[in-house]
Amino acid sequence: MKFMMMMNLPRGTRDYEISQWPPEAVDAHFRFMKDLNKDLGKAGEFVDVQGLTPPSQAKIVRYGGGTPIVSDGPFAESKEFLAGYWIIEVATRERAYEIAARVSSAPGPDGKPLVMPVELREVMCSPLPEDA
Amino acid sequence: MTGTAAGFQNVEHLLRELTPQVVGALTRRYRDFAASEDAVQEALLDALAQWPRDGVPENPGGWLYRTATRRLNDEMRSAMARRRREEQIASEEDLQVAAMDEGFEPDQDDTLLLLFMCAHPALTPVTAVALILRAVGGLTTREIAAAFLVSETTMAQRISRAKQTIRDSKVEFVLPSEQERTQRLEAVLHVLYLIFNEGYASTTGDQLQRVDLSSEAIRLTRALSESVTDYPEVRGLLALMLLTDARRAARTDPDGELIPLDEQDRTIWDQQLIAEGTSMVAKAMSDRRVGPYQLQAAIAALHDQAPTTELADWPQIQALYRVLESMNRNPMVGLNLAVATAMAEGPDAGLLVVDSVASDDRMKEHYRVHAVRAHLLERAGRKADALESYRRAAETTANLPERNYLLRKMARLRKSL
Repeated sequence: MKFMMMMNLPRGTRDYEISQWPPEAVDAHFRFMKDLNKDLGKAGEFVDVQGLTPPSQAKIVRYGGGTPIVSDGPFAESKEFLAGYWIIEVATRERAYEIAARVSSAPGPDGKPLVMPVELREVMCSPLPEDA
Repeated sequence: MTGTAAGFQNVEHLLRELTPQVVGALTRRYRDFAASEDAVQEALLDALAQWPRDGVPENPGGWLYRTATRRLNDEMRSAMARRRREEQIASEEDLQVAAMDEGFEPDQDDTLLLLFMCAHPALTPVTAVALILRAVGGLTTREIAAAFLVSETTMAQRISRAKQTIRDSKVEFVLPSEQERTQRLEAVLHVLYLIFNEGYASTTGDQLQRVDLSSEAIRLTRALSESVTDYPEVRGLLALMLLTDARRAARTDPDGELIPLDEQDRTIWDQQLIAEGTSMVAKAMSDRRVGPYQLQAAIAALHDQAPTTELADWPQIQALYRVLESMNRNPMVGLNLAVATAMAEGPDAGLLVVDSVASDDRMKEHYRVHAVRAHLLERAGRKADALESYRRAAETTANLPERNYLLRKMARLRKSL
């Protein structure tokens, strides 16, 4: 089964918060993510990972008859923003929880786990495989 | 033939060398590039499945050619049958497709012809890249898709639309006229350079699974330089690739993170490539028909020969960038000129050049402008301003390793405030 695992970060600060961490903590955080991705790859559970540009670069687009209507987005009231996501393919739901918990344990500015909330959504299956 | 990984790699290399010859021979015979290229791709997949297992046939080119011809004939037959069902017009004679026993006759111009065809002006560069990798590079659709991190279906679709565009444009499979030649050659060089850069920029990710695009670009450019000897930019580009590729081992850390030029371990740069590239660009430039690739290669050679970044011949690099900018007003060249100017004359002089690049509206918010400005501000000791520019660069870049690099820079700079 496939899951989308979303890393949401709090909004509010103008900067990427991580840039205000001590350099060693930044390095440790990136290393943690890299190791995680490597392990997912080795386990055959890795499908995709993408980081997204920050909300300041986001646009909201609506159908406008002829030309698309483009405005700056997303909505200001949202407290968190999607920083990036993984797609993982795992045998069980429990395994997905385990991986998401590992993401959540990524080290923060003091080297301790950030315990950030990780949103896990199962990806709906495409039609049954042809050989089913 | 062994079943080992090395044996398999040899099969792959052999197939990549043979592909343009077979595509060329079939295209000349059937006058249908799109269908011929499809048939060769099928034959390629057959060979990849069979050769490592059964051994490489005695005449591998002939084998590929025959297999592709059979595929092409099958395809033509079923297309005709389809049409006959639909239109009731075709007669039996239409089915007289070419006899199978005609031999494989490679032509040494085929690689060049195919490059011209695939770097067709009607195609977007991204599409031309994909098509060249398949038709001339002999890569499979799956490999190309993996190299560009898109699905195989997407890549197959991209290639098939590219061929449809070429078909619609009715371009002949012949060498372009003398008048057209320079322009078409420039297009080919541009696409080859894009392939190289794609490989160069994407060294992160799972390298084992991905074709080495830089090496493929070098291989194709080398082949081109053997058939086009009267156009110095070809050797200029090849030299540029070699001189850039010489730093390959030093430009990423064990985790695949990019290491900028000034932090690279120069002792592991490939001296053989540097020597080859340097003499190649010197020779190309002695022709006195200097172009952008030769200039960039000359700059790369100066970097490659310097013991440290600081000790590079910056006044010379600055002068070369000035010539380059005069030929090719490109904001990226302007930014490089800014860095060279800063190194030659000091950060404030460099910042003036950055400002002039940023006066172009399209560039004002480009992350590279912010990144270069940040770098020069930091050199000038203006840390708070530098931090602000790093922040804007990190916010606007769409490249993850680059962003992580910028965030690290910020963290270090903030600590030193």
